[in-house]
Amino acid sequence: MSAATAPAEAQRSDTVDTLASAIRRSGWILGLLGFLVLLLLFTIQIQPTYGETGVRGLAISVLPLALAAVAQAVVVIAGGIDLSIGSMMALLSVISAVLMKGQSEEFGVAVVVGVLLLGVVLGTVNGGLVVITRVPDIVVTLAMSFVWAGFALIVLARPGGGSASWLKDLVTGSIGNDWIPRAAIAMLVLVAVIWIPVKRSKLGLSIYAIGSNRLAAFRSGVPVGPTKVAAYALMGLFAGLAGLSLTASTGIGTPVPGPYTLLSVAAVVLGGVSLAGGRGGVFGPIIAVVILQLIRTDMTFLNFDSNLAIVAQGAILIGVVMMGSLTQLRRNRA
Amino acid sequence: MTDASGGSVRSSVGDHPLIPLVGLLVVLLIAIEIVQPGIVGPGWAGVILRTAVPLAILAGCQTMTMLTGGIDLSVGAVASMSGFVLATLVNGPGTPVGIMIALAAAALCGLVTGIGVGVFRVHPLIMTLGMSLVVLGLANVWQLQMVQTGSGVPEGLRTLGSATFLTIIPNSILVFVPVALLILFGLRRTGYGRQLYAIGDNPIASRLAGTRAWQVLIVLYVISAILAAVAGFLISGLTNTASVTLADSYVLPSVAAAVIGGTSILGGRGGYSGTIVGALILTVLTALLSSLGYPEAVRQILFGAIIVAVAAAYTRVTGET
Repeated sequence: MSAATAPAEAQRSDTVDTLASAIRRSGWILGLLGFLVLLLLFTIQIQPTYGETGVRGLAISVLPLALAAVAQAVVVIAGGIDLSIGSMMALLSVISAVLMKGQSEEFGVAVVVGVLLLGVVLGTVNGGLVVITRVPDIVVTLAMSFVWAGFALIVLARPGGGSASWLKDLVTGSIGNDWIPRAAIAMLVLVAVIWIPVKRSKLGLSIYAIGSNRLAAFRSGVPVGPTKVAAYALMGLFAGLAGLSLTASTGIGTPVPGPYTLLSVAAVVLGGVSLAGGRGGVFGPIIAVVILQLIRTDMTFLNFDSNLAIVAQGAILIGVVMMGSLTQLRRNRA
Repeated sequence: MTDASGGSVRSSVGDHPLIPLVGLLVVLLIAIEIVQPGIVGPGWAGVILRTAVPLAILAGCQTMTMLTGGIDLSVGAVASMSGFVLATLVNGPGTPVGIMIALAAAALCGLVTGIGVGVFRVHPLIMTLGMSLVVLGLANVWQLQMVQTGSGVPEGLRTLGSATFLTIIPNSILVFVPVALLILFGLRRTGYGRQLYAIGDNPIASRLAGTRAWQVLIVLYVISAILAAVAGFLISGLTNTASVTLADSYVLPSVAAAVIGGTSILGGRGGYSGTIVGALILTVLTALLSSLGYPEAVRQILFGAIIVAVAAAYTRVTGET
């Protein structure tokens, strides 16, 4: 190699490096998106009638879990984990269903605002207990899952209640084009209005900081305790939205927690958020939720036993995480 | 507790974590005796013990995995699957063959989990969560295959799981005592037990000291799955049912029992003796709450609140963070 070409070579490898690092940084999400597109093409291939209706149904059915995954992602980024999200959603959903049944549409607005505030309170209780007692997050939220589920049963012993019709309209049907489901728009608007401003604020930076390295964050003057409580409060807000979306999409409230807690943890991990904290975002988990649901749909189309769909979900979860940690190991070795 | 006596109480409790736990158990027993005078007797104790045995075994799985900084959320699925597989094989190949097949299936699950956690370094929470989905789905498929042959809980298992001798001693103690002795002895006296503590306490130091973590972890999750299968047999004997979701409700209490018993979920600290008392405390607590006549909802709330309170008190007293 001559001396003259060396700088040009170095410059080019620099650009390649920046590009490569940009791809690596959002590589996980790009990979997920690519996989989602392939999966959609595959779905249309095996079921040519899958169209607007299918996309709308998909959007509605993933909404509660997607919001739960966002809630979980916020806490996991802050270095915690919340195993009470499912119970919290059940409690907030039954409260909204009981209060909205047979009431006017305007009263429904007050109920929605009240339930969201209550969600923040529940999240703050979880976060406050974690910070004050210094008991590991997983233990506190595990115990609190019993508490919230118990309250849900007190509010409503068996499925019932109702939903304001504007709330139902908010998530059903489409907007503008037949292909754009309202539930997806609602999801995007909620994340854009709540999460993106937070992420860009000082609080967002603090949340990533305490999750990434608690001690370093503390020594840099980040108020570790209050930030953690704030992350849990934000989680509570999204759990409230998830609970409301359950009420809106089913029209009733069900006091028994769904499988949302564990699935939200799975979605968060599949979405590229590190369980160790401090890494990832909320969009990866949302895409992961859509992929998981679409795989279920495809397996129904292919006439697979629905139980095999559960097996597939578990196997995908394990397989993807294994691949992720394998590449991580290889990178560390290199 | 005042600050002056705090230090000495703290150190003595830290040295003997069993004392406050047994104290709490006694308080609960007194409370239940006050609520329902005359209830605490040999027959009642037998019922409590036989309910506590499967929980204590599953909590043993959690204790050992938590010592390494892990957790095993697949115990519920593996226990249900084993009990169910055994029940479907009773009428065909017979009970002994059924037990062997169920144990082998459980060990296979544990092997896969162990390879995932140990070799591929998948977070144990995710690995066992994914594993329980896989096991549940496969058990459902098995259920559809076996729907013609029918199933039944073998007579011997029912006697083992639910009957008691001399009123106070449940037959399942016959299974529990060797299991408990094995775990206690294994954790305290064997090199393998020390390796579990070492991996949880400081993975890097244990690696530098020559521990092959992946081998230890694979063996650990196989042991955990086999113990879960044993607990599954006892649960299906106790309830005289076999279903693919039978033991699911035991998962969270098994974690809670280990935590209350003083095992740190962060790894490296704890032991099985505390867990056994923890399982007894949870069982007596459940009995107390139901004898108070509270509805299920209130029981759940109090159950959760008390677990937080005990864990918080424990953290505060031992000064462990």
